[in-house]
Amino acid sequence: MTTLPTTPAPLKVRPGGGDRTWALLAYTAITAALLIFMRSTIADGPMKLLQPVLFGAFLLSMLFAYQWKAANWAKTIVYITGIVFVLPFMGRENASYFDLVIQILIFSALALGLNIVVGLAGLLDLGYIAFFAVGAYLWGIFGSPQLGQITGNAAYAHGLNPAYFWLFIPLAVALAALVGVLIGLPVLKLKGDYLAIVTLGLGEVIRIFANNLPITNGPQGIDGIESAPVPWLDKIAGSLGFAPEQHKLFFLYILVLAVISLIVLVNRRLDRSKIGRAWIAIREDEIAAQAMGVPLLRTKLLAFASGASFAGAMGVIFAAKQAFIDPTSFNYFQSIGVLSMVILGGMGNISGVILGAVVVTMLNFTVLPTLSEVLQAQFPNINQNLDPSKYQRFIFGFVLVFMMLFRPEGLLPSARHQVEMHQDDPPAGSLSADNHLQEGTGEGEVLSPGFATRGENERTGSEK
Amino acid sequence: MSLLDVQNVTKTFGGLTAVNDVTFQVPERSIISVIGPNGAGKTTFFNLITGIYTPDTGNIKLGGRELIGLRPDQVVEAGISRTFQNIRLFPSMTAEENIMLGRGVRLKSGYWDAILRSSKFKHDEQEAVDTARLMLDFVGLSKWRNELSTSLPYGDQRKLEIARALATTPKLILLDEPAAGMNPRETEDLKALIRAIRDELGVTVVLIEHDMRLVMTLSEYITVLNYGSKLSEGLPHEVRNDPAVMEAYLGRGTAAGEYGKEAQA
Repeated sequence: MTTLPTTPAPLKVRPGGGDRTWALLAYTAITAALLIFMRSTIADGPMKLLQPVLFGAFLLSMLFAYQWKAANWAKTIVYITGIVFVLPFMGRENASYFDLVIQILIFSALALGLNIVVGLAGLLDLGYIAFFAVGAYLWGIFGSPQLGQITGNAAYAHGLNPAYFWLFIPLAVALAALVGVLIGLPVLKLKGDYLAIVTLGLGEVIRIFANNLPITNGPQGIDGIESAPVPWLDKIAGSLGFAPEQHKLFFLYILVLAVISLIVLVNRRLDRSKIGRAWIAIREDEIAAQAMGVPLLRTKLLAFASGASFAGAMGVIFAAKQAFIDPTSFNYFQSIGVLSMVILGGMGNISGVILGAVVVTMLNFTVLPTLSEVLQAQFPNINQNLDPSKYQRFIFGFVLVFMMLFRPEGLLPSARHQVEMHQDDPPAGSLSADNHLQEGTGEGEVLSPGFATRGENERTGSEK
Repeated sequence: MSLLDVQNVTKTFGGLTAVNDVTFQVPERSIISVIGPNGAGKTTFFNLITGIYTPDTGNIKLGGRELIGLRPDQVVEAGISRTFQNIRLFPSMTAEENIMLGRGVRLKSGYWDAILRSSKFKHDEQEAVDTARLMLDFVGLSKWRNELSTSLPYGDQRKLEIARALATTPKLILLDEPAAGMNPRETEDLKALIRAIRDELGVTVVLIEHDMRLVMTLSEYITVLNYGSKLSEGLPHEVRNDPAVMEAYLGRGTAAGEYGKEAQA
């Protein structure tokens, strides 16, 4: 691929600067050492607050490896240290780390999927979690005793053979993509706010279905969902000192890593292709895109289906990991959560979106719960209303408001979005100031019927 | 035979008849202008040809092929490309990427080719890059290749839009006020460019323009629209001396005005 002279010169994303090979290695070594050697100190008591701090600091090393200018061998060392040694080691010591990392990776995959829909194609989808639900319930129903209850067939009393798990990942990809197309067909004629509201509604429709249909076992949810048996991997895990109950997490960790690598690859390749360009064109100017030969509905459906398929695959893995799913995992707040990962991290930028997923997931799953746990242990008589975990959404909302005010393009913005966010800023040079003047004198804009009706079309989407 | 054949096309928006029973022919390899006062229906007329609007009645044929009922992207595929009155480049894309996007309609590789990076895909990407270089060279914007489209000087943005439209290898290109906001020197450049589009690329040109000096010296044939109807048509000197045209621009009884002076020039 590197020989392909075709990719356009990259926009300047990262500022240059000196080589930071040693800084990177030092940072990684220090954070990894702190995390590993302080693991028992920070396991309990008020020191527990350091847990998410140290863990987050360590995860940052991998981001730095991606962002900083450093020798490739150093970057490889950092990735391998993190993914192959430190994370599994911490997971072995304390399964909650494993759980957290898998959770982060699952949400990263969701965020990457939504990033195609929102970040690249600019279609605001507020019901994205529905596709995740499709994948989760697909395997949830077939991979658990639920199947026996529905069919009344004793042969399925424990669901399908768990080995079918492998078949159900591609099946979920296909089904989620199909649902994406079916939902997309009527909906994608709408634009902007209207699309957002309708997807919001459809997302809820799927949750309500799950909440009321007998095959999904309604609000009680589905229990006993199996994960694929991988005896050879269990053997490896066993010899590495993982406890038997950790074998499943070990397997899922590897699986999720593999799937997310694939997703990142697909994401990158689509982004840098005719289709990626078409998505960006649609986001920026639908009319111009269509006038340049981009088929709107087809291109939008591709975005919708691609995003949905990632969520479908992760749904299956999520169901296998949790072993239990119920409709509350797929409510509106989950959609918003994934959306805020995309926005917080940096729309349109793969590493940004993953960073967003890390930050939001850690905030929700460790930082705030740990904070409240510690506070309760220290001040047992504390007023229940002051429990920080109750303020999870409050704090989260606050973070979002601040981000939108001070860094609307996200933590790691894509160069494209940065352009969009700041194109209305006061022009730096006199050249662009001139442009503004000239644009202002462009005549005929209001009087020409062609453009006078444009606003109307954007509202109703009546254009074909 | 004419390349573009528009027969008795009418389009109304509610009570307003934006285009009224217009018949319009464009011979192959010609440069035709559509002029008229603001609000005369010129842009709507372009929007009808390019499929953004569907006419209420009438036929639009390109080389004998019916265009009515085609979506705008299908019209591009059929061979009509356009630029916009208010520049519509993709702001976050570089000059090159804007043109590559335009080339997309001629590329055959699909979704799976992109994911698998098939040889078809590589060939197509190379073709898109080559087209972009060729077109940037053609309109004289090679130095802006990797600049964001919106950072280009205004006149160059108009040229870039033309390059993007040409990248679709059209048979016919519709230019909506290409000289708007340009200074006289840029307008001269533009005139040479439009001639080159026809002479070197063999692409037929239809333009909407208010700059009468440009229209009169460049066009081979002129159609005048007023209140959505065809007011006059003919060779430049015929149109210039048509009393109905003078009246539409200047109003009855007015001796001289800005357009009048220009039209006489």
